[in-house]
Amino acid sequence: MKRKTEKAYTEKEMMTISAARFIKDRDIVFAGTGVSMLAATAAKRIYAPKAVVFFETGGIDPTLDEIPMAVADPRVMSGTCMNSGLIDAFSILGHRKFNTIAFLGAAQIDCYGNLNTTAIGDYHRPTTRFSGSGGACDVASLASGVITFMQHEKRRFVETLDYLTSIGWYQGGDSRQELGFKRGGPLAVVTNLGVMRFDDETRKMYVSAYYPGVIPQDIIDNTGFSIDVSRAFESELPTKDELRILRQEVDPQRLILG
Amino acid sequence: MPDYSEIEDKLMSLPQAIQRFVKNGAQIALSGFTITRNPMAAIYEMIRQGIKDIHLVCHSNGQGLDVLIGAGCVKRVEIAYAGNGRYAPTCFRFKKAIQRGEIQFEDYSNYQMSLRFLAGAQGIPFIPTKSGLGTDILRKEGFPREIRTERKVASKKYEIIHNPFNGENDDVILLPALNPDVMLLHTQYVGEDGTIRIKGLTFADIEQAKAADTVIVTCEEIVSRSFIRQDPDQNSLPAFFVDAIVKIPHGAHPTSCFTFYDYDPMHLNLYKRAAQDDAAFDEYLREWVYGVSSHEEYLEKVGKETLSKIKADKVLGYAPGLDRK
Repeated sequence: MKRKTEKAYTEKEMMTISAARFIKDRDIVFAGTGVSMLAATAAKRIYAPKAVVFFETGGIDPTLDEIPMAVADPRVMSGTCMNSGLIDAFSILGHRKFNTIAFLGAAQIDCYGNLNTTAIGDYHRPTTRFSGSGGACDVASLASGVITFMQHEKRRFVETLDYLTSIGWYQGGDSRQELGFKRGGPLAVVTNLGVMRFDDETRKMYVSAYYPGVIPQDIIDNTGFSIDVSRAFESELPTKDELRILRQEVDPQRLILG
Repeated sequence: MPDYSEIEDKLMSLPQAIQRFVKNGAQIALSGFTITRNPMAAIYEMIRQGIKDIHLVCHSNGQGLDVLIGAGCVKRVEIAYAGNGRYAPTCFRFKKAIQRGEIQFEDYSNYQMSLRFLAGAQGIPFIPTKSGLGTDILRKEGFPREIRTERKVASKKYEIIHNPFNGENDDVILLPALNPDVMLLHTQYVGEDGTIRIKGLTFADIEQAKAADTVIVTCEEIVSRSFIRQDPDQNSLPAFFVDAIVKIPHGAHPTSCFTFYDYDPMHLNLYKRAAQDDAAFDEYLREWVYGVSSHEEYLEKVGKETLSKIKADKVLGYAPGLDRK
């Protein structure tokens, strides 16, 4: 793979491709809105043609000729193998037979990958109220693995969440299993600075990769808890093919890429 | 000639349906999800009739929920998600109402709310799930303790039990069933025989309709008995679940209605600007809700040009190439 020195891609493109690289053939991929829809679509068109993209609303394997703007967008219902509803969708998500990989986003994340999409401040009289769980709590509980998109900022990577909407590795170690979950847990966090993963034993977040042009110290400086960078390496640049497919086939109108 | 004799007792105007079946303080469920198939015409009519103290039960209702809250019709809400996708990551009037302490609210997740409707539909008092273990959805209760004895409010938010079928530490959450007073359902087709057909995703509409005491259906078209019975696999609900049927084309605008019309990005953006400011929002209501006497008049205001832009391709189900920024 040839490397260029100048940045021939945007932050969003790098995040999309970094997340898409996690998807394997035959994975059942659960997508939300925004970048996660791009990552799921890009993965299917680049690395994992046999992966199936589906949405919590019940749309399974839509053609996605146009980018949906919400998970209930009629584009999520178009050219699908079938249209169902929420209960069906969550039953697939938690199904014992499938490797289901889900994409999420959040306002806050802690070092065990637990997420807040509900409120900042006091829950009853918050300073900022967000949309709430939607399907995120369900996804985090039931999917085989979760990849979370975040802007890498200290106020978002916090020691303690204001509200725990969606379960990650809970308090680390075996605590997720002890709650009563047989599988699942966060796989990775993809940010505008790099890719974080979770230690197999402690389940604590560490830096797995930093993007070209970023140094590990940038990530430390923008994380509100201590984070291990000893296992970090520099990410592979997006390839020409990845960028071409993302730009020309996945989001040609740049509705989400901007 | 259409023959409405089988549904003549259910066919009525929208003002009649709301007046007859929606009371102040009612617990209400809405069809659709974020920017799709919200029963907007029925919602505007409830606002015009000044329905108050609504207890909304929602998974992810966007536009309809936000207008109702903004118009001051809602007292309490049980909800998983209030957003309009890219047009409102968090619904604006919902956000303000919670930050100002103007409504009572209880958070659940989408699956949890859907299961609660399913339990209500099946006539069972509660339903188990593992989704949500360890979260603040369980640890933090939104509703004040004293309202737990009120009508249609569950006595507890949830209960946790060990799986009674094994000896392991295998916890499950029990969620209380929901039986809303009224469900407002906007759909594409109702047959002359009253059969309901929902095209595209059904979300939790069918569970909600079966769980509710009263179902008001607004529809794009009333179709012949032969049409609806030619392909019964496509149908969603038999007629006997339905109490009122109102034909109201574009009844979901500005949200989408699969195979009929796309969401209206121009209107959603106009709403987005208005909803962020109290005075501008009041003006929006005056102009688009109180200032029109019926949905027909509302659609005249939206205009033929916009309606033709958002008209869906019958096969794709949406309006290809629509400028959605």
